[in-house]
Amino acid sequence: MAEVTVTVDGVKYADHVEPRMLLVHYLREIVGKTGTPIGCDTSNCGACTVLLDGESVKSCAVLAVQADGSEVTTIEGMANGSLHPLQRAFHEEHALQCGYCTPGMIMAASDLLRENPHPSNEEIREGLEGNLCRCTGYENIVRAVRRAAQAGANA
Amino acid sequence: MTAQTEAPQQAPAAEVGRARLRKEDERLITGQTNWTDNIRLPGMLHVAFLRSPFAHARISSVNVSAARSDPGVIAAFSGADFAAEQGSLPCAWPVTPDIVMPAHPPMATDEVRYVGEAVACVVARDRYAAADALAAIEIDYEPLPPVLDIRTALHEGSPKVHEAGNKSFEWVFANGDMEAAFGDAPVVLERYYRQQRLIPAAMEPRSVVCSCVGGEFTLWSATQIPHVLRVMLALVTGIPEQNIRVIAPDVGGGFGSKLQVTAEEVLALLIARKLGRPVKWTESRSEGNMTVHHGRDQWQHLRIAADRDGRVRGLEVDLLADMGAYLMLVTPGVPLLGAFMFPAIYKMDAYSFKCTGVFTTKMPTDAYRGAGRPEATFAIERLMDELAAELALDPIELRERNWIKHEEFPFTTVCGLTYDSGNYEAATAKAKELFDYDGLRKEQELRRASNDPVQLGIGVSTFTEMCGLAPSRVLGSLAYGAGGWEQASIRMLPTGKVEVVTGSSAHGQGHETAWSQIVADQLGVPFEDIRVLHGDTQVSPKGMDTYGSRSLAVGGMALVSACDKVVEKAKVIAAGMLEASADDLEWSPGRFAVRGDPDKGVTIGEIALATFLAHNLPDGVEPTIDADATYDPDNFSFPHGTHLCATEVDTETGFVKIRSYVCVDDIGAVVNPLIVEGQVHGGLAQGIAQALYEEAVYDDDGNLVTSTLADYLVPSASDLPSYVTGRTESRADNPLGVKGVGEAGTIASTPAVVNAIVDALRPFGVDDVTMPCTPERVWRAIAESRGGAA
Repeated sequence: MAEVTVTVDGVKYADHVEPRMLLVHYLREIVGKTGTPIGCDTSNCGACTVLLDGESVKSCAVLAVQADGSEVTTIEGMANGSLHPLQRAFHEEHALQCGYCTPGMIMAASDLLRENPHPSNEEIREGLEGNLCRCTGYENIVRAVRRAAQAGANA
Repeated sequence: MTAQTEAPQQAPAAEVGRARLRKEDERLITGQTNWTDNIRLPGMLHVAFLRSPFAHARISSVNVSAARSDPGVIAAFSGADFAAEQGSLPCAWPVTPDIVMPAHPPMATDEVRYVGEAVACVVARDRYAAADALAAIEIDYEPLPPVLDIRTALHEGSPKVHEAGNKSFEWVFANGDMEAAFGDAPVVLERYYRQQRLIPAAMEPRSVVCSCVGGEFTLWSATQIPHVLRVMLALVTGIPEQNIRVIAPDVGGGFGSKLQVTAEEVLALLIARKLGRPVKWTESRSEGNMTVHHGRDQWQHLRIAADRDGRVRGLEVDLLADMGAYLMLVTPGVPLLGAFMFPAIYKMDAYSFKCTGVFTTKMPTDAYRGAGRPEATFAIERLMDELAAELALDPIELRERNWIKHEEFPFTTVCGLTYDSGNYEAATAKAKELFDYDGLRKEQELRRASNDPVQLGIGVSTFTEMCGLAPSRVLGSLAYGAGGWEQASIRMLPTGKVEVVTGSSAHGQGHETAWSQIVADQLGVPFEDIRVLHGDTQVSPKGMDTYGSRSLAVGGMALVSACDKVVEKAKVIAAGMLEASADDLEWSPGRFAVRGDPDKGVTIGEIALATFLAHNLPDGVEPTIDADATYDPDNFSFPHGTHLCATEVDTETGFVKIRSYVCVDDIGAVVNPLIVEGQVHGGLAQGIAQALYEEAVYDDDGNLVTSTLADYLVPSASDLPSYVTGRTESRADNPLGVKGVGEAGTIASTPAVVNAIVDALRPFGVDDVTMPCTPERVWRAIAESRGGAA
């Protein structure tokens, strides 16, 4: 077992974990952050995307021990008293149906807007190509990210 | 005085038709979700399954004892441990009296028939320990020959999937004089089309949790069908139905794939019973690709007869449909849902349909978004384009010569279906305008003339579908094992708020929002005061669940009917409260008033409170205005639309780019345009994905090659175009005027895209490209046509 200290959504956790434990399993099963779901086992779908020290990662492709000493932000840490502009935009543009991809989509989009605060539609589509959605056909996700960008989501 | 002549209460603005933002979203965008895999019960154990690596093999021995001594392992089981109690997974649709329906044990006992079939399992303290211990299980297999191609599976001497052979059933339908239609027809086209096998790939993998306390079971499952599942679990295991509660919590998409009674659900129940502890199983994606039922997989042999002016005389359809290794819940019925849809929106004199269901050593097929109707629509819409090319007619012109005119509704088709409403002219005119059809045809001519390496193609699809599943009598006549009704309850709470219970269990469709809108209008209560409950057999005891674009067209009617009953009951109590005769009361949503004295009235909320108190109810009146209603539709509903796709096809690389996509759908009246547009977008994406990207591929040994999302190409945002959507409206013949929208985009878009690709390549002599139309396949189609011409 290895000891890890990870700050998740602003709260510090110290745990003993198996060195092979995936970060997503650590978040879901040890920390109890079930807002981050798992959609695949090959890092293709992006449902488990979180921010690791501010950058988006697929938490199924990171070991918990690799996050030692880091800060993780999950979907559950995005609303700060009020909804994050991306959360609001996803709601307002009907950018989710079943909602399973939504946490990962929002986390990936927040990283996209950090790097490129005013992306074109094309850049949004390319920036989110690591995140799969089976319900929306992406049209409204693109609109939501654009709306969030206009609302200054990167701020 | 004068002021009082005005209505004291302005009728609230209609909720139906408003683009209400969804009630469901808040929990989904903040991560406060309740997916099955999030559930953690005290003492819960984790199950992992060992699955067959062979497509076909006899199991000579299974030894799980070594796994039992792994750390953290509570139990390990093989099929033999369940043999006495596991029953056979159900098929509810024996389409013919002589159908071959082999036993389908949830865990294989003596023979495996597809890669991924469960053969043993481990139950451990955590999911890692369970997965580890699978390695300690020893199984000896005697491999048997796989059966992979339905075109040869019925040949003499083919290896057999089951003792009884590889044919499951043959189902036929015919109407009209085929000989007259084809005999002297000036034009007869014959085509073979392939409907590839698809993986539904809902984003949420399947997951099941089961607890057993004192002989009472609670089973949470990522399912579309909690009600059907409950009945079936009782029938399969013999556990009394009243002792099983099924809950579908938040469910992350289904598209038909969660319209199933799965081996893992049955086994979770049995394991929980054996161990007396709650258990959980959640699949990995690669496990799911192998073992969640697949969709489509047909070979279609088609003949169409027409006059020189393009009038269609007759259509002959002969299908081979891959059942996979077993018949699951509605496996054999899927092609039948298409049987009545091949003639689509066209008039013709004669039609014959034959479908042969064939077993293979592959994952069973079953419902996938559209279920039978995409296959039919693809075939007829591809054929209409081929016929147009043959006759040198514009493909829209040819369709117009054959489709049912708007003034001809209601119209009974050659299949015997009565289409209640539609206006193909209006939808097509609007689509052509949004698309700039004439402008694109001109550009196409220019590119052809200049031998542009990137050719432009225009694809047409004027589809209809039958949805709103389904009139129970029709289902009965087709040998389906259940009815097609839906149920709703309205509970008026003492504070004037409303609980709505629906039997149509949602998994992303937005029922909580749309149902609130309908009830708000019917009862005149604010949208915000309504809560919609679903997906738990203890909360909503009756229902037929969600599939086949039925929720609104069937469940919505149940809702309206239940509201009517509430109003009826409320009227009697209101009469007592107002000391007036019930006959003198007028209902405007939300309030009863005395005719001629509009000031004198009571609101539905006041009536609810008075009913709760029950202090002064009229004699003999039951103290409730709650009501249940069950609605069984008289007919299917028939959404339709015109989809137009422009593709740019690089003739040097075979790469296809969708340049524009326009769809105009007539889905009848619309409850929430936002939700409708979302359903259309998502449907388009899945239909386009079938045309361009997706195919479940097995190798020659029967291994699924596309077992991960790295190999099975679910498109991303960068793979799909932006869509232009429009609507026309002809009301359906039901109280809300609604038709259904869940499957329309998927059904219509696949042929639109392939027609556009073929249209681009028509000058090269290409008349088909097999789906998915990958760059390689497109390039080869061009090369082969050039080679053929040389």
